[in-house]
Amino acid sequence: MIEHFAAPPHWGWYIVGYFFFGGIAGGAYVLGTMLRLWGEPRDAGAARLAFKISFWVLLICPILLTLDLGKPFRFWHMLVDARTLGIAFKYWSPMSVGAWVLTVFGVFAAGSFVEAWRPQSGIGRLLSGPLGRPFMIVGAALGLFITAYTGVLLSVSNQPVWSDTWALGGLFLASALSAAAAAIAFVAIRRGGDAVVSNAKLFAADRYFIILELVLLVVFFLTLGAAASKVLAVRWLVLWLIVLAGTIIPLAMYVRPVLAQGRSPLLAPGLVLLGNVALRAVIVFGAQA
Amino acid sequence: MAKAVGFFTDETVCIGCKACEVACKEWNQLPGNPPEFLDSFDNTGQLDAQNWRHVKFIEKSPAGRPGGVAWTMMSDVCKHCSEASCMEVCPTNAIIRTEFDTVYIQPDVCNGCRDCIAACPYHVIGFDEHRGLAQKCTFCYDRLQNNLMPACATACPTQSIRFGDLDEMRRLAAARVEQLHAQGKSEARVYGDKEYGGLHTLFVLTDKPEVYGLPSAESAVLPRRNNRASYLGSVATALLATVGALVAIRGRRATEVRGEQAP
Repeated sequence: MIEHFAAPPHWGWYIVGYFFFGGIAGGAYVLGTMLRLWGEPRDAGAARLAFKISFWVLLICPILLTLDLGKPFRFWHMLVDARTLGIAFKYWSPMSVGAWVLTVFGVFAAGSFVEAWRPQSGIGRLLSGPLGRPFMIVGAALGLFITAYTGVLLSVSNQPVWSDTWALGGLFLASALSAAAAAIAFVAIRRGGDAVVSNAKLFAADRYFIILELVLLVVFFLTLGAAASKVLAVRWLVLWLIVLAGTIIPLAMYVRPVLAQGRSPLLAPGLVLLGNVALRAVIVFGAQA
Repeated sequence: MAKAVGFFTDETVCIGCKACEVACKEWNQLPGNPPEFLDSFDNTGQLDAQNWRHVKFIEKSPAGRPGGVAWTMMSDVCKHCSEASCMEVCPTNAIIRTEFDTVYIQPDVCNGCRDCIAACPYHVIGFDEHRGLAQKCTFCYDRLQNNLMPACATACPTQSIRFGDLDEMRRLAAARVEQLHAQGKSEARVYGDKEYGGLHTLFVLTDKPEVYGLPSAESAVLPRRNNRASYLGSVATALLATVGALVAIRGRRATEVRGEQAP
């Protein structure tokens, strides 16, 4: 068993918020792409909504990341070496790779947003043509990376708990896709309109995402071994209960729709979103306590 | 490039006077944290942004004296690892290796992301709330550039902290361990000759490294070790999730009824 004595980096709610919103931004783009490329024509509304959510939520991310820095005006040091003015890029540092992927993904999220918002604009017409498919596939690959790399970033450290497991990347990816599906469905229900017809597909997809998430949670604890006691301390009980409520209850409602009868349609996706925040919070805070 | 320098810290002659802590704060103009009453005579607690030297007071129960307490004092500091975890993860290249082969955080480049703090296995780097920067021992980089010894080694009254060429420090450490072995202290050992490619701060210890809050040689591994497994786990999950989403999207028709709010 590897034993380190690392100090906590004091990453707080800005980072939890970024992990949450970044996951939704990446996941919504992935789901928008899949609905567009492999869905029915009636899924077009949900795909457009997914691209819009991805873009708007993505806008929050650099704000949170910048506010978290000790020197916010030096945010550009993540991309440019302040001494040489060359590119600052380390493929072995997930934070460095993530900063670059987030920047590049922004181009794809913005392009697809414009295409969804103003299909008749120049960019809209360009991305509705033959270029649209490869554009979305590359954007979706980057989106998947955004959902996962935050977990990898935690693991690529010497911080007890985070560095004791290889499961965080996959866990964050599965839960981010789950949150993205829930967010699209949630907004579709709230707004009404043509996007809501795809909710059944989103809920069906979310079933798989939640099952993956639960499996990876088990793997997470198995790989932690004795270090698990740190994140299972009593002070984190409420957060873990929210995580369970945000996975087990929605899964049960998706699998047995009779359980959802008479309840608000926002309940299941709302619980998923809450559980998602709680999962990231307990992993970020639990290891640093 | 100048010659690689190093510290050799011999805990067997440390008397816990904290002259090193004071000299470090004086030279580097560190105001320090508000004083606290902690265990033993320790009132700084740990290495952090304000404490670049920290004298640890480790309490042990001596054999054959139940209830008795014996102190082992050790002046802890940044190890200036040859393979530095902090330097590896730093996304801004703020952490560099100097011409003296030491590890230095450039205060005008660091943007306070704190990734280095999570990476350092020795609990060395701290975040300075006032300056918004990660901070740690600079090995008195400014003094080295002017052919002066680091302040802590200059102030140490018992020569527990020695400073010089790294090779010379290694020789001194090995000789001291031999001397201690000859005196019957068979548990004496050098720490830092193999961990993280060799540290620039060598210690002579009289117990297991973990007792001093130092990872063992087996635990001295870099953060990047987790890249491959974490990314592979993510890719496998991405494949499974994509297949699941495809099954859901292709296998289910969009609901006819607009506004259906199932789950």
